[in-house]
Amino acid sequence: MIDWNHFTPWASLAGGALIGLAAALFILFNGRIAGISGILGGLLRPRPGDVAWRLAFIGGLAAAPLAWSLAAPLPQVQIDAGPAALIAAGLLVGVGTRYGSGCTSGHGVCGVSRLSPRSLAATGAFMLAGFITVFVVRHLLA
Amino acid sequence: MHLIVAAFVGLLFGIGLIVSGMTDPARVIGFLDLAGAWNPSLALVMAGAIAIGAVAFRVAGARTDSLLGHPMRLPAASAIDRRLVLGSLVFGAGWGLAGFCPGPALASLAAGSVKPLIFTAAMVAGMGVFELFERLAARRSQAA
Repeated sequence: MIDWNHFTPWASLAGGALIGLAAALFILFNGRIAGISGILGGLLRPRPGDVAWRLAFIGGLAAAPLAWSLAAPLPQVQIDAGPAALIAAGLLVGVGTRYGSGCTSGHGVCGVSRLSPRSLAATGAFMLAGFITVFVVRHLLA
Repeated sequence: MHLIVAAFVGLLFGIGLIVSGMTDPARVIGFLDLAGAWNPSLALVMAGAIAIGAVAFRVAGARTDSLLGHPMRLPAASAIDRRLVLGSLVFGAGWGLAGFCPGPALASLAAGSVKPLIFTAAMVAGMGVFELFERLAARRSQAA
Protein backbone atom coordinates (compact mmCIF):
# COMPACT_ATOMS: atom_id res chain seq x y z
CA MET A 1 0.00 0.00 0.00
CA ILE A 2 1.13 3.55 -0.61
CA ASP A 3 2.01 5.87 2.26
CA TRP A 4 0.04 8.91 1.04
CA ASN A 5 0.66 10.77 4.33
CA HIS A 6 4.36 11.12 3.61
CA PHE A 7 4.15 11.36 -0.19
CA THR A 8 5.64 14.72 -1.30
CA PRO A 9 5.72 14.62 -5.11
CA TRP A 10 6.43 18.33 -5.71
CA ALA A 11 9.13 18.79 -3.08
CA SER A 12 10.82 15.60 -4.25
CA LEU A 13 10.64 16.60 -7.90
CA ALA A 14 11.95 20.11 -7.13
CA GLY A 15 14.76 18.80 -4.91
CA GLY A 16 15.64 16.27 -7.57
CA ALA A 17 15.77 19.03 -10.18
CA LEU A 18 18.24 20.97 -7.98
CA ILE A 19 20.39 17.86 -7.63
CA GLY A 20 20.26 17.40 -11.41
CA LEU A 21 21.14 21.07 -11.92
CA ALA A 22 24.15 20.71 -9.58
CA ALA A 23 25.35 17.64 -11.51
CA ALA A 24 24.77 19.53 -14.78
CA LEU A 25 26.80 22.59 -13.71
CA PHE A 26 29.62 20.38 -12.44
CA ILE A 27 30.06 18.41 -15.64
CA LEU A 28 29.59 21.43 -17.92
CA PHE A 29 31.87 23.85 -16.04
CA ASN A 30 34.42 21.58 -14.35
CA GLY A 31 34.16 18.46 -16.50
CA ARG A 32 33.59 16.33 -13.41
CA ILE A 33 31.00 13.77 -12.36
CA ALA A 34 29.15 14.76 -9.17
CA GLY A 35 29.59 11.35 -7.55
CA ILE A 36 29.84 11.92 -3.81
CA SER A 37 31.53 8.64 -2.84
CA GLY A 38 34.14 9.13 -5.57
CA ILE A 39 34.81 12.75 -4.60
CA LEU A 40 35.17 11.83 -0.92
CA GLY A 41 37.07 8.56 -1.52
CA GLY A 42 39.56 10.27 -3.82
CA LEU A 43 40.82 12.23 -0.80
CA LEU A 44 42.17 8.99 0.64
CA ARG A 45 44.49 8.71 -2.36
CA PRO A 46 45.67 12.33 -2.55
CA ARG A 47 47.35 13.43 -5.77
CA PRO A 48 48.83 16.88 -6.44
CA GLY A 49 46.22 19.30 -7.79
CA ASP A 50 43.42 16.86 -7.11
CA VAL A 51 42.60 17.69 -3.50
CA ALA A 52 41.36 21.30 -3.39
CA TRP A 53 38.30 20.87 -5.64
CA ARG A 54 37.22 17.79 -3.66
CA LEU A 55 37.46 19.73 -0.37
CA ALA A 56 35.61 22.70 -1.91
CA PHE A 57 32.76 20.47 -3.09
CA ILE A 58 32.47 18.61 0.23
CA GLY A 59 32.68 21.91 2.13
CA GLY A 60 29.76 23.26 0.10
CA LEU A 61 27.77 20.08 0.63
CA ALA A 62 28.42 20.07 4.39
CA ALA A 63 27.49 23.78 4.60
CA ALA A 64 24.03 23.15 3.08
CA PRO A 65 22.17 22.75 6.41
CA LEU A 66 23.89 25.88 7.77
CA ALA A 67 22.91 27.94 4.72
CA TRP A 68 19.39 26.51 4.87
CA SER A 69 18.93 27.36 8.55
CA LEU A 70 19.73 31.01 7.81
CA ALA A 71 16.52 31.17 5.77
CA ALA A 72 14.20 28.60 7.33
CA PRO A 73 14.17 25.91 10.02
CA LEU A 74 15.60 22.59 8.84
CA PRO A 75 12.98 19.93 8.08
CA GLN A 76 12.47 17.34 10.80
CA VAL A 77 14.26 14.07 10.17
CA GLN A 78 13.94 10.70 11.82
CA ILE A 79 16.99 8.44 12.24
CA ASP A 80 15.83 5.12 13.68
CA ALA A 81 19.14 3.24 13.43
CA GLY A 82 21.11 2.93 16.67
CA PRO A 83 24.89 3.41 16.96
CA ALA A 84 25.76 -0.22 16.14
CA ALA A 85 23.57 -0.22 13.02
CA LEU A 86 24.96 3.16 11.96
CA ILE A 87 28.53 1.87 12.24
CA ALA A 88 27.75 -1.34 10.36
CA ALA A 89 25.86 0.62 7.69
CA GLY A 90 28.66 3.18 7.34
CA LEU A 91 31.28 0.46 6.87
CA LEU A 92 29.15 -1.30 4.24
CA VAL A 93 28.49 1.97 2.40
CA GLY A 94 32.17 2.97 2.56
CA VAL A 95 33.54 -0.33 1.26
CA GLY A 96 30.67 -0.97 -1.18
CA THR A 97 30.70 2.42 -2.90
CA ARG A 98 34.47 2.28 -3.46
CA TYR A 99 34.44 -1.35 -4.62
CA GLY A 100 31.46 -0.65 -6.89
CA SER A 101 32.89 2.72 -8.08
CA GLY A 102 29.90 4.84 -7.13
CA CYS A 103 26.73 5.50 -5.17
CA THR A 104 23.27 7.01 -5.62
CA SER A 105 24.76 10.21 -7.09
CA GLY A 106 27.53 8.93 -9.38
CA HIS A 107 25.75 5.83 -10.71
CA GLY A 108 22.12 6.63 -9.83
CA VAL A 109 21.94 10.24 -11.08
CA CYS A 110 24.92 10.92 -13.37
CA GLY A 111 25.33 7.40 -14.77
CA VAL A 112 21.64 6.80 -15.42
CA SER A 113 21.42 10.26 -17.04
CA ARG A 114 24.14 9.11 -19.48
CA LEU A 115 22.32 5.78 -19.95
CA SER A 116 25.57 4.04 -19.00
CA PRO A 117 24.84 0.28 -18.91
CA ARG A 118 27.38 -0.06 -16.10
CA SER A 119 25.60 2.52 -13.95
CA LEU A 120 22.17 1.08 -14.77
CA ALA A 121 23.44 -2.30 -13.52
CA ALA A 122 24.96 -0.72 -10.38
CA THR A 123 21.74 1.21 -9.65
CA GLY A 124 19.67 -1.94 -10.08
CA ALA A 125 22.02 -3.83 -7.75
CA PHE A 126 22.05 -1.29 -4.92
CA MET A 127 18.29 -0.73 -5.11
CA LEU A 128 17.71 -4.48 -5.01
CA ALA A 129 20.01 -4.88 -1.99
CA GLY A 130 18.26 -1.92 -0.31
CA PHE A 131 14.81 -3.46 -0.87
CA ILE A 132 15.98 -6.83 0.45
CA THR A 133 17.73 -5.34 3.50
CA VAL A 134 14.69 -3.29 4.52
CA PHE A 135 12.43 -6.31 3.99
CA VAL A 136 14.65 -8.49 6.19
CA VAL A 137 15.12 -5.87 8.92
CA ARG A 138 11.52 -4.63 9.01
CA HIS A 139 9.48 -7.69 8.20
CA LEU A 140 11.53 -10.78 9.02
CA LEU A 141 13.56 -9.73 12.08
CA ALA A 142 11.24 -7.14 13.66
CA MET B 1 37.25 29.73 -10.52
CA HIS B 2 36.77 25.96 -10.68
CA LEU B 3 37.02 25.84 -6.88
CA ILE B 4 34.19 28.38 -6.52
CA VAL B 5 32.10 26.31 -8.91
CA ALA B 6 32.88 23.14 -6.92
CA ALA B 7 31.86 24.75 -3.62
CA PHE B 8 28.69 26.24 -5.16
CA VAL B 9 27.75 22.94 -6.81
CA GLY B 10 28.30 21.11 -3.50
CA LEU B 11 26.05 23.61 -1.72
CA LEU B 12 23.36 23.40 -4.43
CA PHE B 13 23.52 19.60 -4.33
CA GLY B 14 23.08 19.69 -0.53
CA ILE B 15 20.13 22.09 -0.73
CA GLY B 16 18.57 19.75 -3.30
CA LEU B 17 19.02 16.81 -0.94
CA ILE B 18 17.31 18.74 1.89
CA VAL B 19 14.42 19.96 -0.32
CA SER B 20 13.85 16.48 -1.73
CA GLY B 21 13.70 14.73 1.64
CA MET B 22 16.78 12.58 0.97
CA THR B 23 18.37 13.75 4.24
CA ASP B 24 15.57 12.04 6.20
CA PRO B 25 16.54 8.36 6.64
CA ALA B 26 12.95 7.45 7.61
CA ARG B 27 11.79 8.63 4.17
CA VAL B 28 14.59 6.74 2.41
CA ILE B 29 13.64 3.55 4.22
CA GLY B 30 9.96 4.31 3.50
CA PHE B 31 10.88 4.21 -0.20
CA LEU B 32 12.86 0.97 0.17
CA ASP B 33 10.05 -0.69 2.16
CA LEU B 34 8.04 -2.20 -0.69
CA ALA B 35 6.19 -4.58 1.62
CA GLY B 36 5.24 -1.90 4.15
CA ALA B 37 3.79 1.61 3.86
CA TRP B 38 5.61 2.48 0.62
CA ASN B 39 6.53 6.11 0.03
CA PRO B 40 7.22 6.59 -3.71
CA SER B 41 8.59 10.16 -3.24
CA LEU B 42 12.22 9.26 -3.84
CA ALA B 43 11.42 7.90 -7.29
CA LEU B 44 10.45 11.48 -8.15
CA VAL B 45 13.79 12.76 -6.82
CA MET B 46 15.51 10.46 -9.30
CA ALA B 47 13.10 11.52 -12.06
CA GLY B 48 13.72 15.23 -11.44
CA ALA B 49 17.49 14.80 -11.28
CA ILE B 50 17.72 12.58 -14.36
CA ALA B 51 15.47 14.84 -16.45
CA ILE B 52 17.96 17.70 -16.02
CA GLY B 53 21.02 15.44 -16.02
CA ALA B 54 20.08 13.75 -19.29
CA VAL B 55 20.17 17.08 -21.16
CA ALA B 56 23.44 18.18 -19.52
CA PHE B 57 25.27 14.92 -20.16
CA ARG B 58 24.12 14.93 -23.76
CA VAL B 59 25.73 18.34 -24.20
CA ALA B 60 28.80 17.27 -22.19
CA GLY B 61 29.24 14.13 -24.27
CA ALA B 62 29.60 16.21 -27.43
CA ARG B 63 32.42 18.33 -25.97
CA THR B 64 36.07 17.55 -25.22
CA ASP B 65 36.61 20.49 -22.85
CA SER B 66 34.41 21.95 -20.13
CA LEU B 67 33.22 25.57 -20.20
CA LEU B 68 36.15 26.47 -17.91
CA GLY B 69 38.60 24.66 -20.17
CA HIS B 70 39.08 21.53 -18.09
CA PRO B 71 39.17 18.12 -19.77
CA MET B 72 35.73 16.47 -19.84
CA ARG B 73 36.14 13.50 -17.50
CA LEU B 74 33.34 11.15 -18.45
CA PRO B 75 33.88 7.61 -17.16
CA ALA B 76 35.32 5.34 -19.83
CA ALA B 77 34.76 2.03 -18.04
CA SER B 78 31.96 -0.06 -19.51
CA ALA B 79 32.44 -3.54 -18.04
CA ILE B 80 29.69 -4.89 -15.80
CA ASP B 81 32.03 -6.97 -13.65
CA ARG B 82 32.10 -8.63 -10.27
CA ARG B 83 33.51 -5.54 -8.52
CA LEU B 84 30.68 -3.33 -9.80
CA VAL B 85 27.86 -5.69 -8.89
CA LEU B 86 29.26 -6.97 -5.58
CA GLY B 87 30.25 -3.47 -4.46
CA SER B 88 26.83 -2.07 -5.35
CA LEU B 89 25.08 -4.89 -3.48
CA VAL B 90 27.21 -4.20 -0.38
CA PHE B 91 26.48 -0.48 -0.67
CA GLY B 92 22.73 -1.14 -1.03
CA ALA B 93 22.73 -3.32 2.10
CA GLY B 94 24.29 -0.47 4.10
CA TRP B 95 21.92 2.06 2.53
CA GLY B 96 18.90 -0.01 3.54
CA LEU B 97 20.24 -0.63 7.05
CA ALA B 98 20.46 3.04 8.12
CA GLY B 99 18.78 5.03 5.33
CA PHE B 100 21.94 7.04 4.61
CA CYS B 101 23.98 7.20 1.43
CA PRO B 102 27.12 9.36 1.08
CA GLY B 103 25.58 12.68 -0.08
CA PRO B 104 22.80 12.95 2.49
CA ALA B 105 25.20 11.86 5.25
CA LEU B 106 27.60 14.72 4.44
CA ALA B 107 24.70 17.14 4.04
CA SER B 108 23.47 16.18 7.54
CA LEU B 109 26.76 16.56 9.43
CA ALA B 110 26.05 20.13 10.48
CA ALA B 111 22.33 19.58 11.16
CA GLY B 112 22.89 19.10 14.87
CA SER B 113 22.50 15.35 15.41
CA VAL B 114 25.36 13.03 16.36
CA LYS B 115 24.04 10.10 14.30
CA PRO B 116 25.19 11.37 10.88
CA LEU B 117 28.65 11.87 12.42
CA ILE B 118 28.79 8.24 13.55
CA PHE B 119 27.64 7.03 10.13
CA THR B 120 30.07 9.28 8.24
CA ALA B 121 33.04 8.29 10.42
CA ALA B 122 32.27 4.61 9.78
CA MET B 123 31.82 5.31 6.04
CA VAL B 124 35.22 7.03 5.79
CA ALA B 125 36.74 4.15 7.78
CA GLY B 126 35.19 1.72 5.28
CA MET B 127 36.66 3.70 2.39
CA GLY B 128 40.03 3.62 4.19
CA VAL B 129 39.84 -0.16 4.60
CA PHE B 130 39.10 -0.49 0.87
CA GLU B 131 42.04 1.78 0.03
CA LEU B 132 44.37 -0.28 2.23
CA PHE B 133 43.32 -3.53 0.55
CA GLU B 134 43.78 -1.98 -2.89
CA ARG B 135 47.32 -0.88 -2.06
CA LEU B 136 48.21 -4.26 -0.59
CA ALA B 137 46.83 -6.01 -3.67
CA ALA B 138 48.79 -3.65 -5.96
CA ARG B 139 52.00 -4.31 -4.02
CA ARG B 140 51.44 -8.06 -4.13
CA SER B 141 50.89 -8.06 -7.89
CA GLN B 142 54.03 -5.96 -8.33
CA ALA B 143 56.08 -8.39 -6.25
CA ALA B 144 54.75 -11.40 -8.17
